Amino acid sequence: MHNFTPIASLLGGMLIGLSAAGLMLLNGRIAGISGIVAGAFRPEPGEWGWRICFIAGMAGVGVIARVVSPASLAIGITRPMGIFLIAGLMVGFGTRMGSGCTSGHGVCGLSRGSVRSLAATLSFVLAGVLTVYLTSHLFGEQP
Amino acid sequence: MTRMLSALVGGAIFGAGLVIGGMTQPSKVVGFLDLFGNWDASLAFVMAGAVGVNALAYRWVLKRPGPLFAGRFAIPERHEIDGRLIGGAILFGIGWGLAGYCPGPAVTSILSGHLAAPVFIVGMLAGMIVYHLAEERLSIALVVQPEPGVSFVPQDTDV
Repeated sequence: MHNFTPIASLLGGMLIGLSAAGLMLLNGRIAGISGIVAGAFRPEPGEWGWRICFIAGMAGVGVIARVVSPASLAIGITRPMGIFLIAGLMVGFGTRMGSGCTSGHGVCGLSRGSVRSLAATLSFVLAGVLTVYLTSHLFGEQP
Repeated sequence: MTRMLSALVGGAIFGAGLVIGGMTQPSKVVGFLDLFGNWDASLAFVMAGAVGVNALAYRWVLKRPGPLFAGRFAIPERHEIDGRLIGGAILFGIGWGLAGYCPGPAVTSILSGHLAAPVFIVGMLAGMIVYHLAEERLSIALVVQPEPGVSFVPQDTDV
């Protein structure tokens, strides 16, 4: 196991938990990113403003990270650009069909003790593990 | 205004957590999913930290009569574990394993200067649109037509 960062990862995770808790306390919303993004394109008054702001906050921090610590945004794997497009398609379609992603089901759902979210989380982690197992030779590299 | 400001700050904290936690590096995500290879367990710590803090906080927050800047808590009420849930999660998991991005880190990385993130986002938005179009067709074909005057607003309880 290389590149193992338990302290930073635990700290980062706690910040994610803090944000998710704050969004519920203040705005009464689940911090599910796929849902926030999808809803940002729905022209409902009072709905898209906060979503755009949440997305802007995330992207803004990304810009700061780009300056302060470019390595924290490094891709680190080689894939044809078409793979990122196809993967995005599957993630977009799949997160709408399954009503959530890592944040909505994984972080917020598990925190509420939702069995539905646990089933979704186990499914997407297993599918991810199998995908990496089956493609690691195809892409010819170890991360 | 308060809702927009709290969302902006919330998004920034969320993004910072993803960056510090290593989620914005697809190599670390693929490393975490590479259970049978060179496994990097870091992202289990991200999940533990996030769920730990959030589960403790939710216990207190959700006992309140409501949120501070909105009328009510928008909590998903569905409980069914069906093919739609599992099928969607599996599709998402395959995409996650292929690119090493899930929606949050991709959004955080969109202005990172690497082309992969915006390309992934374009695909993701297209996938969302395709799903909604497919769902509309299906619901017209399979479900009883909605009564006149009853708006067919999508439930906002999706996570």
